Amino acid sequence: MQAIYILWLRELKRYMRSRAQIVASLGSPLLYLIALGFGLGPVFQKAGQGSYLQFVAPGVIGMSVLFTSIFSGIGLLWDRQFGFLKETLVAPVPRITVMIGKTLGGATVATIQGLMVLVICLIAGFRPVNWMLLPVALFFMILTAIVFAGLGMAIGSRLQDMQGFQLIMNFLVMPIYFLSGALFPLNDLPSVLSFLTRIDPLSYGVDALRNVLIGASEFAPLVSLAVLCVAAFLFVAFGSYSFSKIQL
Amino acid sequence: MIRVHNLVKRFGDFAAVDNISFDVAKGEIFAFLGSNGAVKTTTIRMLTTLLQPTSGAIEVDGLNPAQHKSEVRKRFGIVFQDPSLDQDLTAWENMELHGVLYHVPRKVRRERTETLLKLFELWEKRDTLVKVFSGGMRRRLEIARGFLHTPKILFLDEPTLGLDPQSRNQLWTHVKNLNQQEGVTVFLTTHYMDEADRVAQRIAVIDHGRIVATGSPWELKKQTSKESLEEAFLALTGTTIRDESAGSVDQMRQFAKMWRR
Repeated sequence: MQAIYILWLRELKRYMRSRAQIVASLGSPLLYLIALGFGLGPVFQKAGQGSYLQFVAPGVIGMSVLFTSIFSGIGLLWDRQFGFLKETLVAPVPRITVMIGKTLGGATVATIQGLMVLVICLIAGFRPVNWMLLPVALFFMILTAIVFAGLGMAIGSRLQDMQGFQLIMNFLVMPIYFLSGALFPLNDLPSVLSFLTRIDPLSYGVDALRNVLIGASEFAPLVSLAVLCVAAFLFVAFGSYSFSKIQL
Repeated sequence: MIRVHNLVKRFGDFAAVDNISFDVAKGEIFAFLGSNGAVKTTTIRMLTTLLQPTSGAIEVDGLNPAQHKSEVRKRFGIVFQDPSLDQDLTAWENMELHGVLYHVPRKVRRERTETLLKLFELWEKRDTLVKVFSGGMRRRLEIARGFLHTPKILFLDEPTLGLDPQSRNQLWTHVKNLNQQEGVTVFLTTHYMDEADRVAQRIAVIDHGRIVATGSPWELKKQTSKESLEEAFLALTGTTIRDESAGSVDQMRQFAKMWRR
């Protein structure tokens, strides 16, 4: 338990110390929020869909949770490169402990990042329909963060060097984001796209957030909850398996 | 403390460790001396539970590292050839993290961290990020960390690689002192002859995956009738020009290594 805690704390400390990185990572959500939120706003309004800022804010929150949690897992690559991974792997603690500590750390960091983006959204003019439901939104952020921290660990365990990183970015992370309905409504899509959005776990995370924050959603909240729980379990298991296979 | 009997590790056709046997007594400083890194690092990995031997027997404090991983891991400290600190944490935090991972109770952890950081002259820098440490300071911190959980054995894999003479000298003084004070067994690998001569009580000379001679520095010199350990080493291994004109066997070894990667 203590080992999990100290590894979790390590992730948090490293995050808090990388201030430049925190500011930088708020840049792209801000850009999406302003450029798309206000840029596409009028078109969205004309199509009779209401405020695009309201619509896109949960998507942008989901995006920052996705990116931060996946990258925290990929941070394993740095641990490997700077040698710290050896220290944890030769310690008398089971690997699963190390894996859980790191995943929870990454998920926590991603949740904090999501909350910061939520604050930015509020400053930009986003208003949740029911403030009382914010804790529920937080819960869904945490769940989404765990899903992708687990996936990130699986990727981080398998990547040997930075070459693979671009590949993962372009063919996994960006598609997860763009196909999630973070930026567009999921109804009335062409069937191929519709299928892709439905196998993307982030769709359910964003949809649940949207349900809680603006009261509109595509899936039933319980469906989203169930899908996220299953995805979290599968990805964390997959991450643990990959992590257990790491050879020094 | 360490018993190794007919140990073999093959990577494909290439035998990195080719049937070696040796014993390390409790409280001894034992050195693996050789110019080829493969044997040294592979042996350390097998002794420290990171790699399974192809055949042969290993005992670390009476336990088989392949079977009792966790138990064996508690018993040794290790300083790897490459750095293994978290550079984004402070010296103190690196110690703290290590102590928790090795189940050292809080009070003992704090006391020992203080003692060790003071001993290795890092106490004033305890709240500095490791990122800004010099190479010598990092090495010192790693060795201090290796001692934190009061291990019975300390493995040092080429700990002085890339250090200036002052740091090297100081580092060995500390290791020798701790070896005497705490009775910790030290297993080190190096290719600096002068260090082995000065620090080690017993040396195993390694060549081509085998042990070609074992004994105290004095015995090795006597056996080869040479003045210095360096000359004794060359007499035993005869590898002076091997790097310049690699024979076909060496080339095959290189190939085997490449393909394993």
